[in-house]
Amino acid sequence: MSILVVMEQRAGEWNRMSWETLAAAQQLAGEMKTEVSAAVLGESIGALASELSAKQLTKVYAVEHELLKEYTPDAYASVLRQLIAQAAPSLVLLPHTYQVRDFLPKLATSLGKVAVSDVVAHRVDGGQLVLVRQLFQGKVNADVRFTSDGANFASLQAGAYRADQLAAGSAAVEKFAPVLSASEIRTRPLDRFRESARAVDLGAAELIVAVGRGIKEADNIPLIQELAAAMGAELAASRPICDAGWLPMERQVGSSGQTVAPKLYMAIGISGAIQHLVGMKGARTIVAINKDANAPIFEVADYGIVGDLFQVVPELIAAFKQKS
Amino acid sequence: MKIVVAVKQVPARDSQLHIASSGKWIEESDLTYEINEPDAYALEAGLQLKEKHGGEVVVLCFGPERAGQTIREALAKGADRAIHIEEDRLDAYDPLSAARVMAAALKTESPDLVLTGLQSDDLGYGQTGPILAELLGLPHATIIMEVEIQPSGIRVKRELEDGWFQHVEMPLPALLTIQSGISKLRYATLMGIKKAKTKEVRKLAAAELGGAAASPVALDRIHLPERTKRTQVFEGNPKEAAARLVEKLRFEARVI
Repeated sequence: MSILVVMEQRAGEWNRMSWETLAAAQQLAGEMKTEVSAAVLGESIGALASELSAKQLTKVYAVEHELLKEYTPDAYASVLRQLIAQAAPSLVLLPHTYQVRDFLPKLATSLGKVAVSDVVAHRVDGGQLVLVRQLFQGKVNADVRFTSDGANFASLQAGAYRADQLAAGSAAVEKFAPVLSASEIRTRPLDRFRESARAVDLGAAELIVAVGRGIKEADNIPLIQELAAAMGAELAASRPICDAGWLPMERQVGSSGQTVAPKLYMAIGISGAIQHLVGMKGARTIVAINKDANAPIFEVADYGIVGDLFQVVPELIAAFKQKS
Repeated sequence: MKIVVAVKQVPARDSQLHIASSGKWIEESDLTYEINEPDAYALEAGLQLKEKHGGEVVVLCFGPERAGQTIREALAKGADRAIHIEEDRLDAYDPLSAARVMAAALKTESPDLVLTGLQSDDLGYGQTGPILAELLGLPHATIIMEVEIQPSGIRVKRELEDGWFQHVEMPLPALLTIQSGISKLRYATLMGIKKAKTKEVRKLAAAELGGAAASPVALDRIHLPERTKRTQVFEGNPKEAAARLVEKLRFEARVI
């Protein structure tokens, strides 16, 4: 068995989740007594490949082609199929990024495989790899195994493994020149853009009060605003609140919004779907207020109140006002 | 323009889930079901495209008999007809074999555009769309916020991480997975509900379309997540719980 990690870069910048995946692969290789190689794809990626070569890896594949300058699912699937045919890994690990979500199912399908997406943990059970992934938006976990040999695929969730545990080393860089023609690529990516400059920098806030679906109606938002004001905290929200237009998009925390790491993050009526958790689980202290004791938000919370937010929040406002 | 929207019926979002005695799935007997929320947005996107450009919206649903309710709701909202691939043993299917059955059902349809939600609320693989695209030989894009019809195909707005977006162009036919929350969902009108009763629902048995194949992955068991943190939980009287929380934040966590 051997492991191949497909790193992600764009315009010469790493997607930092790639390092978490690399660290996970090293850990797994230690447990299963096997080796890890890594691949980076792009138009001109010499510098990235040499950075990778300073990690504890068997080999670094520098996969270069002018048609890999911009990401397209057709080019990535074609090139990785060629690389996998040559490198013959038994397991391909990738970070569970938006880009990987776009091409990995296509790649795996073309090889008759099913990628195990959004893995949060693993264990080795009698020499066999068991992957843990979430169901029902994090309310339930599932243990999944591969049942056939050959290149199997898994993508790892942000924050599931720690990049700071990467082992250094010295690996040979091997250039890999894929065969790729423009006619294979059916989609044309255009420029990347942001909607508007952000007026609110939640990343700098020390205290954040965030509100989710549990608030039920737009008319109830002022209750949470009052709590944030009483605490001197910034107001934030989970995605459905911003989608509904109850708070502006710039206040959204999560994978598609801002990533925050305040001293205190108070999640009110937020169940804690993974898309939200990846944006806030770096907070030093997390408080959850939710009526469902089994809500996944309690898995990351230091303190929790299980109860009706419409009863709890007014009491919190009173308590903060009284003590400050 | 013929638009196929693939929808799934899943347990209602606020369901209390219990592990079934098999240890492999949740207890289903006391659950209520609804349309997978991301798929509701895919349906809405399909209906809006039809209203603007004409054509037909066909709902494709792979599920047991109970999924008929979700299909009727989609027809009541304005879909023109539906294909229901019936199967009671969904647990025998991985995302690839489920998509194979769906691709087989679409063989005679030749849609211009296939839409589906970006992921399901139950299994959450987030793969049915791109797998189906590969099986149908279509170009695809995922996590789409807007779809614009152009003379030579479509231009879509794709969501990236951290508040970034990207436009992507591609020819038709194509497959897109739609992001949740991109527009307001419509309600079915009384007239729509009445009309839905006369609309065609073609029923196919999954077994006729190839059925479940041997899977390259196996689900051993499901279980409740273990807490990684020890959470101090305050229950009971809201006033007392609030006071204890504020005290802890002040004197133990020292964050306020």
